[in-house]
Amino acid sequence: MNTDVAMILLQDGLVSGAIYILLATALVLVFSVTRVIFVPQGDLVAFTALTLSAFEAGERPGTIWIVTFAAGIAVSLEMVEAARWRDRARALQSLLRFGLVPAVVILAALFLVPKTAPLVWKMAVSAGLITCLGPLIYRIVFQPMAAASPLVLLIAAIAAHLGLNSIGLHAFGPEGVRTEGFSGAPLALFGMIVTPQAAGVLASSVVVVAALYLFFRFPLRGRALLAAAHNRRGAEIVGISTVAAGRTVFVLAGLAAAISGLLIGPTTTLYYDSGFILGLKGFVGAIVGGMAVYPLAAAGALLVGTVESFASFWASAYRDVVVFLLIIPVLFWRSVSVLAPEDGLE
Amino acid sequence: MKKQLITLMAALALATSARAEVRIGVIVSATGPAASVGVTQQRTVPVLPQKLGGQDVRYILLDDASDTSATVTGARKLITEEKVDAIVGPSLTPNSLALLDFVAESKTPMISLAGSALIIDPPVDKRRWVFKTPQSDAQMASIVLEHMTRKNIKSVGLIGFSDAYGEGWIKVMTGLLEGAGIKVVASERYQRTDTSVLGQILKITSQNPDAIFIAASGTPAALPQTTLVERGYKGLVYQTHGVANNDFLRVGGKALEGTFVPAGPVLVAEQLPDSHPAKAAGLDFIKRYEAIPGAGARSTFAAYLWDAQLILNKAIAVASDIAKPGTEEFRVALRDAIENVKDVAGPNGVYSMSPKDHLGLDERSRVMTRIVGGEWRLVQ
Repeated sequence: MNTDVAMILLQDGLVSGAIYILLATALVLVFSVTRVIFVPQGDLVAFTALTLSAFEAGERPGTIWIVTFAAGIAVSLEMVEAARWRDRARALQSLLRFGLVPAVVILAALFLVPKTAPLVWKMAVSAGLITCLGPLIYRIVFQPMAAASPLVLLIAAIAAHLGLNSIGLHAFGPEGVRTEGFSGAPLALFGMIVTPQAAGVLASSVVVVAALYLFFRFPLRGRALLAAAHNRRGAEIVGISTVAAGRTVFVLAGLAAAISGLLIGPTTTLYYDSGFILGLKGFVGAIVGGMAVYPLAAAGALLVGTVESFASFWASAYRDVVVFLLIIPVLFWRSVSVLAPEDGLE
Repeated sequence: MKKQLITLMAALALATSARAEVRIGVIVSATGPAASVGVTQQRTVPVLPQKLGGQDVRYILLDDASDTSATVTGARKLITEEKVDAIVGPSLTPNSLALLDFVAESKTPMISLAGSALIIDPPVDKRRWVFKTPQSDAQMASIVLEHMTRKNIKSVGLIGFSDAYGEGWIKVMTGLLEGAGIKVVASERYQRTDTSVLGQILKITSQNPDAIFIAASGTPAALPQTTLVERGYKGLVYQTHGVANNDFLRVGGKALEGTFVPAGPVLVAEQLPDSHPAKAAGLDFIKRYEAIPGAGARSTFAAYLWDAQLILNKAIAVASDIAKPGTEEFRVALRDAIENVKDVAGPNGVYSMSPKDHLGLDERSRVMTRIVGGEWRLVQ
């Protein structure tokens, strides 16, 4: 192995790592606010690429129907609830939230995306569809059981993942896709050849993580989320709605998934069921960060990407074993060094 | 009274077991991880002939979702409830292996659509009841080796799936290559679900082999090739027959240009010389199959099901002279008849079964093709 090879592997690892960062950040975000380990995060990533590729082929992606049905279910659930409380304002609000917003995106996807549309617009509509799915999944699956234990929530998340998997097979078919990427000539940077795709992935990932950081730091909504993340009961006492907080993080999670999907789509072939393994690697990154600390989770995700890249050079048959083995020393170190936050103590 | 009851029961038993039609259970993996293989077979069922060997036939289609336990429950239902006379399928090797005991116990002949030679070798004991139509890995590997020797290749890099498919192929290829004095410079693995194979490719290309052999199937087989093109590799690239479908061409695009792929003759039926026995059968199959999904949709996987039907056609004609469909005698006669079919020309080659060979294909069952301009071209 010479330095050239090492640099190329490092670059490849950092690019995969950048995508795992987005996944890990979203997992930590969702977990800290709602205590859900959002297994379907990876599925949404794969769905984004599949949606974009359908637009590129000039077809209507199956995501449109998935969002339509999910929105229908969410609106009916909300209406039943509003009728029970005879709350007209709430009915109106949820019609707006779960009916109108998805309807706008769906109509745009149905009628405003011709095959000749610019790539950026196709990307935006794909991202819009997937972002809608985030809060819809929260409303249908997790909101009704928000107070359940993390284990029950995890089981529900796995059920949601399996459900999305089957729906994905019907909506997108069994075959894989590869989307168009950032085009342009490779750049020379610090003596290494960097493809525009790699540069774009790294840059976007940094921007998204920075934006999340700022969001938590400054606007009231972001600080409310932080409060709900630190202490659910306390946040409720001071009048922060944990349901609204949950919905917001799922919007963010959907958005993060959509961005990851757009970034990873051109670098590899994605299938309806590719998401799980991606999510799992993001999860390893998140575990390294203790499911609570963003910078650590991001560092963990970069570590996963780099280890993966070098392992595929040295011992390709055991690559995934090496990656998932990372989790053991981390868990061991954590179990002897810090006391895990107790879920029950609220 | 007692006597009457016995007669009645005997009559009932006869009425339920003997019947006019032949029932054939078809088990495919139309959903789940192997869906790209099974879907094409599922699409073939509606165009299968309604009469085989002069008998009316009813096909009972079952999707096992690529899941071994679903195969077993499904087959049990087909055998005990539907009382099928033969089973065609399953599409996958592990699923086929799972049925061995079951079909032998119930004395039901089975024609598997899966690749591995393990399913039929050796054809004794329970494997007496099992046949298959897809070419074995060794047959396909031999044509790859022939082609490599002709191209005067001295060193080869291998990369394959880290599962039964990849390992099986790499084992066969490594043995053949070393036997022929060709050096294997690297042997790497990757997962179907991998998003990057850069590390593996760098390791192989750093040895600069004359050719690279990719032991993978379906669209995931395109990933190493796109990476090879990105790294500027100039040597020859070989794939296995597991990639022979149009989705592979779509996903791989320009990166696949010039790749060599061994395949069943049906893939390039139009380009075969008229003297090739598989040409007529292949064209007939393509005409019927592509009537629904459209031109160019052909799949060698669907053709395996067509081959099975052609074999059954001959065997049922023989067996129906001996016994009535729906009886154990018929199934025994059918098994014997399948074992003795000779010179059945199907889209994937010419089948001549024997008690020693439950596949019955010879070198006419594979051709070397090359991807040129996004299409399969026969290599003479």
